[in-house]
Amino acid sequence: MMLLKLFWSFFQIGLFSIGGGYAAMPIIQHQVVEINGWLSMIEFGDVVTISQMTPGPIAINSATFVGTRIAGLPGAIVATIGCVTPSIIIVLTLAYIYYKYRNLSVMQGVLTGLRPAVVAMIASAGLSIIILAFWNSNAISFASIDWISVALFAASLFILHKFKADPVWVMSGAGLIGCLAYMFL
Amino acid sequence: MEKDKKFYWKLFSSTFSLSAFTFGGGFVIIPLMRKKFVEELSWIDEQEMLDLTAIAQSSPGAIAVNASILIGYRLDGFRGALITVLGTVLPPLIILSVISLFYTAFRDSLIVGYVLRGMQAGVAAVITDVVLTMTSDILKEHRLQPVIILIAAFIAAAILNVNVILIILICGVIGALNVLLGKRSKGGVQHDAA
Repeated sequence: MMLLKLFWSFFQIGLFSIGGGYAAMPIIQHQVVEINGWLSMIEFGDVVTISQMTPGPIAINSATFVGTRIAGLPGAIVATIGCVTPSIIIVLTLAYIYYKYRNLSVMQGVLTGLRPAVVAMIASAGLSIIILAFWNSNAISFASIDWISVALFAASLFILHKFKADPVWVMSGAGLIGCLAYMFL
Repeated sequence: MEKDKKFYWKLFSSTFSLSAFTFGGGFVIIPLMRKKFVEELSWIDEQEMLDLTAIAQSSPGAIAVNASILIGYRLDGFRGALITVLGTVLPPLIILSVISLFYTAFRDSLIVGYVLRGMQAGVAAVITDVVLTMTSDILKEHRLQPVIILIAAFIAAAILNVNVILIILICGVIGALNVLLGKRSKGGVQHDAA
């Protein structure tokens, strides 16, 4: 029954976290800490920290973390499935509608209006990542700029633009060179 | 496009590696997906990718998961969606399972921290590269309204912290009104229908 409970809890987390990313955090906290008592508040804080340091959406990360704690690997898998099930149902429905009606002129108009907005939101997310990379959660000022990060950023951007390099390799390279630079400079 | 074993493997391995490199969650994976599926593989065109992004953003759940469902569905229906979801959730599932076993050591590791900081600069560069390409595409249309929407939406999202769903809603309504009021500027709406 524990598995069923895990599934249902993370199903709700998947269903109600609209807007992605940190919008999911209070909902996860409510389900995992307050309703079910699966994690203490300190443990939940650790999950958030780990999520910032590792790849993957915070909801999936907490599903795995909590699931493993409660019921081992099966728990992790069940919680993760619960978390993505609402997405699969809703997104596939919207995708079906999109492909059916996208040639209608009103739909065309809506999509034409949305496209620059989407670019703007990607730019906005990019800006916050740049700030995080250059200032590393310090106050933003000229003196506190992380110049290693700026150099890595400029070099990566140049390589991406000039050589059309695979982003995965650029990011791995930046990680490796960054690690060496931070250790020895 | 031929849907053989190679295609399915490529689909799975692409989403898997993108997910494994998406730190910080949220929108970060979108430019990476665009780079992979639009620029590198040419499986999805530019306009469609933006539409799928808007759908992923306005649906509940993690954006990375939603976007991968859409890409999988677009390329191979329900089966494609299952493949891409699997590719997207496996990296965090594996990594978090391992980390949950010894997370204090991981959290306090200096070297892990250095690598992650270096990668952050790389991720920032990838996003910047994508944004520059997309913005120049919009500027090439030589239409005023998309540029205004771009700037206004950026200010709303980045500076005023307006809820993204609200921004999407408003821009969608503006787009619909364009059509309903018959103010089609040349090369705009009709161009997309082609």
